[in-house]
Amino acid sequence: MSWAFLRDLLSGVNKYSTRIGRIWVAVVFIFRLLVYVVAAENIWKYEHDEFECNIKQPGCENVCFDHFFPVSHIRLWALQLIMVSTPSLLVVFHVAYRENREQQHNQKLYKSPGEIDGGLLCTYLISLILKTGFEVVFLILFYKLYNGFKVPRLVKCDMRPCPNTVDCYLSKPTEKMIFLYFLVATSCLCIVLNLSELSYLICKYSMKCYLKRYIKKRQ
Amino acid sequence: MDWGALQTILGGVNKHSTSIGKIWLTVLFIFRIMILVVAAERVWGDEQDDFICNTLQPGCKNVCYDHFFPISHIRLWALQLIFVSTPALLVAMHVAYRRHEKKRQFRKGDQKCEYKDIEEIRKQRFRIEGSLWWTYTSSIFFRLIFEAVFMYAFYFMYDGFRMPRLMKCNAWPCPNTVDCFVSRPTEKTVFTIFMIAVSSVCIILNVAELCYLLTKFFLRRSKKAGNPKHHPNHENKEETKQNEMNELISDSCQNAVIGFSS
Repeated sequence: MSWAFLRDLLSGVNKYSTRIGRIWVAVVFIFRLLVYVVAAENIWKYEHDEFECNIKQPGCENVCFDHFFPVSHIRLWALQLIMVSTPSLLVVFHVAYRENREQQHNQKLYKSPGEIDGGLLCTYLISLILKTGFEVVFLILFYKLYNGFKVPRLVKCDMRPCPNTVDCYLSKPTEKMIFLYFLVATSCLCIVLNLSELSYLICKYSMKCYLKRYIKKRQ
Repeated sequence: MDWGALQTILGGVNKHSTSIGKIWLTVLFIFRIMILVVAAERVWGDEQDDFICNTLQPGCKNVCYDHFFPISHIRLWALQLIFVSTPALLVAMHVAYRRHEKKRQFRKGDQKCEYKDIEEIRKQRFRIEGSLWWTYTSSIFFRLIFEAVFMYAFYFMYDGFRMPRLMKCNAWPCPNTVDCFVSRPTEKTVFTIFMIAVSSVCIILNVAELCYLLTKFFLRRSKKAGNPKHHPNHENKEETKQNEMNELISDSCQNAVIGFSS
């Protein structure tokens, strides 16, 4: 089990997406998942080992690290990627349900099981809303947990068993900050793509509905 | 998910590239991605552990390392490779869109459509003309810009491409000016120069491809003005053979990189 599973999942979603949806999949693959695996993971690899406090008191470093990093940036990033990709499963399940129904009844029930209309449109819209929601929640979580997206070089810690206020130094703070800003930028881009896709779908199907009613009235 | 996945995505673009584009892709896969994965990552693997400062002051090493290496070479290269490979996706998306339109026409039973079945549409190679020419040329242009920006960023951040053996650091909390020693500076310099050289080769290939496309465009325009239609079938046969050879090469490269990276 690894990121390849998520990659396969997203490739499956690509088939039933709109054009903007496909751009979203490409952005998630390349600018988020790939950057995470090939670059970001290694920066945070030894963060605990390289976290150093100006004290010899045993346990002080552990306690201070735990206090300032309840959940590591990189784990939050991984959770965000998983949560943001999962709503797309709803669409895949719905299409599979449609195909199953057609097989059971042995007749063509839908114009095309993958066509975004009717119930599948609702599912697609719900998945877009959930994706956007998760993105926003994780951005807020990052902001609240770490007081912004900055990574300080030095943190002052006075938790027990540290005898006084002790200086603790983080490793690679600048590099971590650069990648955090990159994460925020790509999250915002994905939010914009999701919202545009939402408005595009709502406009398209409202126009369709309106035109159908208009034609019916004229008849 | 790793470099192999990016390679799979880009491999699809190979079919619709010019000959220079195919050489560029091969250089990218073999001399940049593969070198990064099998060699460069190991050289930079222990960079902070073996970065040693001549002081016992806790925190001094961390602060000095962060001061001299705001972003590691290896991460900058990884980002450069990702950004430089991405414009090729524009071409892949455009080709996918054209294929989708042709499949739609075929399904509708359009008389204009000259394909016998859907498999033929899937396997067809599109010529770089019309709107695809514009997409392809823009992608090369963006590639060039990204390459240049990253090379400049490298030069600016590290004051050149040499990795010094010794750095003098007086950032707080280091008590005085402290000597800090980088691990494997010569090996890192060699790889940095190698990667810069290959980036330059890629820039030259992109410029050459751009000139080739522009020349072809203007020649085609002047031919259209006067000459009768040429026969596409003969040209397609030669190009199909070249495509098959290039696909064989890229498949064997793909297997090699996936093998190494796993």
